[in-house]
Amino acid sequence: MSHGPNTTEALYGLMAEFDNPTDLVEAANRARLEGYTAMDAYSPYPIEELNDALGLRRGSLPLIVLLGGVLGGLGGYALEFWTQVIQWPMNIGGRPFHSWPHFIPVTFECTILGASLAAFVGMLALNRLPMPYHPVFNVEAFSRASRDRFFLCIEAVDPKFDRHATQSFLKGLRPVGASDVAP
Amino acid sequence: MADRLDPSHPASAASAREALLARTPGVIEPGHTFGSVTDRIASIVLTHRTPIGWFFGFAVAFMFLMILNLTIIKLLFTGIGIWGNNIPVGWAFDIINFVWWIGIGHAGTLISAILLLFRQQWRTSINRFAEAMTLFAVACAAMFPLLHTGRPWLAAYWLLPYPNTMQLWPQFRSPLIWDVFAVTTYFTVSLLFWFTGLIPDLATLRDAAQSKFARTVFGVLALGWRGSARHWQRYETIYLLLAGLSTPLVLSVHTVVSFDFAVSQLPGWHATIFPPYFVAGAIYSGFAMVMTLAIPMRAAFGLEGFITMRHIHNMTKIMLVTGMIVAYGYVNEAFFAWYSGNLYEEFMMSNRMTGPYAFFYWSLISINALMIQLFWFRGVRDNIPLLFVLSLMVNVGMWLERFIIIVTSLHRDFLPSSWDMYVPTRWDFGMFTGTIGLFLALFFLFVRLLPAISIFEMRTVVPEAKLRTEHH
Repeated sequence: MSHGPNTTEALYGLMAEFDNPTDLVEAANRARLEGYTAMDAYSPYPIEELNDALGLRRGSLPLIVLLGGVLGGLGGYALEFWTQVIQWPMNIGGRPFHSWPHFIPVTFECTILGASLAAFVGMLALNRLPMPYHPVFNVEAFSRASRDRFFLCIEAVDPKFDRHATQSFLKGLRPVGASDVAP
Repeated sequence: MADRLDPSHPASAASAREALLARTPGVIEPGHTFGSVTDRIASIVLTHRTPIGWFFGFAVAFMFLMILNLTIIKLLFTGIGIWGNNIPVGWAFDIINFVWWIGIGHAGTLISAILLLFRQQWRTSINRFAEAMTLFAVACAAMFPLLHTGRPWLAAYWLLPYPNTMQLWPQFRSPLIWDVFAVTTYFTVSLLFWFTGLIPDLATLRDAAQSKFARTVFGVLALGWRGSARHWQRYETIYLLLAGLSTPLVLSVHTVVSFDFAVSQLPGWHATIFPPYFVAGAIYSGFAMVMTLAIPMRAAFGLEGFITMRHIHNMTKIMLVTGMIVAYGYVNEAFFAWYSGNLYEEFMMSNRMTGPYAFFYWSLISINALMIQLFWFRGVRDNIPLLFVLSLMVNVGMWLERFIIIVTSLHRDFLPSSWDMYVPTRWDFGMFTGTIGLFLALFFLFVRLLPAISIFEMRTVVPEAKLRTEHH
């Protein structure tokens, strides 16, 4: 990659590489304190401390899962009520058509099913996965993000982003490597 | 151990704790790094050299899988009359094997979900293949109810609430339809949980694979996972939520399976102990199967550093606990048969103990109540070949338990004129051994094609993963 002085548009961001989780968490903390907001950290396993370091808020996923569970449960019960009471009532041993205790197991299973599907689909949707292409994969060293390396990427869309200033800021974090990320 | 120590001597307490820790094997062999766990586990999948033992094992499994195919073809052309069950034993191998397989699956969910919620770090290296075992076991289990309909292509409206032109609906007051919902939900949620766990590892394989084909396949399956902190945060959220949802689910599944029996009015089935007793039996047999699979697997692929003696010990202890709950169930059944004062209940129990199937009843008691007492001894827990044999015996014992519950309760019912013996036919055995073949064949493919140990979770247990705490 060759870079002229005006290639900022053709840049997704700048990336620093670390060889241990502590340095990444510290780098993310420093970047946040420096005022950067459009950035992301990449690691081969979940690091809880990164959530605070990057200033990530708790998302809406638990609410989505709750909603999926409620819808699943209501749907299951409604299905039973409609088929057993309205659509095709049958006298089974003299029990009332709306014999609700019999409807509990299926309602329970449908609640779990609805919540689990909402969890899985919600996680993928909020993470915008599947995503076949992403600029960070343009960095050759990034293939180790799924093995043993840790990355911090400050994106060009950040209002505070300045090619040179950001680059020297990242260099000051003592990374084991630094690269430009092509879009 | 610690409570025996003198608290006034902190030094002796600390050294005793250290001594205890030194005696307890770790969850991972010392000396591993992020890179070494990644390479060690990924290499099993990415290598071009398949161990010769794999081919041998797969061939045997495949042969039994072909027996399953043959049995199914025969069944579909002839009908379920090829099986040995007939009135009064209307249910036999089909439901015995169904319950046996579903039960085996339960250990996978226990390891992946319940132990996760309890922060049991040792689950990390066995959860992946235990979850795979769950999926394959449930798939084997589902074959029996599906095929016992005789015409499975019609099962769509027999089993599922599907808007058909006859406007027929399943009967939701029956435990059998609860079973359909419980098992399909269980399979779906287990699949989601398993696949969610696989996504980061598939990304690892995508990045490590040399061949373009492997890179493409793993790349598609990894969905573009890049390990972003934002993604990990949501990932961790739903991983815990799925664990929290799976926990009541797994308890409900075997509870509902036990309702198939407990809701009926038959002596030997109509018992309130059934739900907890079935759930404990499920976990017990499932851990036996995890052990049966783990012992050869760790030897064949040299995974002793990841599946350590700590795992083997803990699994043995869980089998001991759940096995004793099951043994309590047997005692409870016998006690209530006597205490009820009911002639039919009493007869059912004495027929179990002294009737024509008494041999199987006492075999089951010998295994599930007596043999497991061996697990109290450390020498036994350390003896890997013996544990392998014992875990196989537990599988047999739990199969016998279902055989006893089902057949001895049915074969001598209220009317002596309709009493009969149940003898399985070769097709019964063909179908049963066939599903074992299916299970093993799927498992062999799994360990070769996907990481059998969760790589990203293993990274969290290596020492490097601990953040340095000094401040700058």
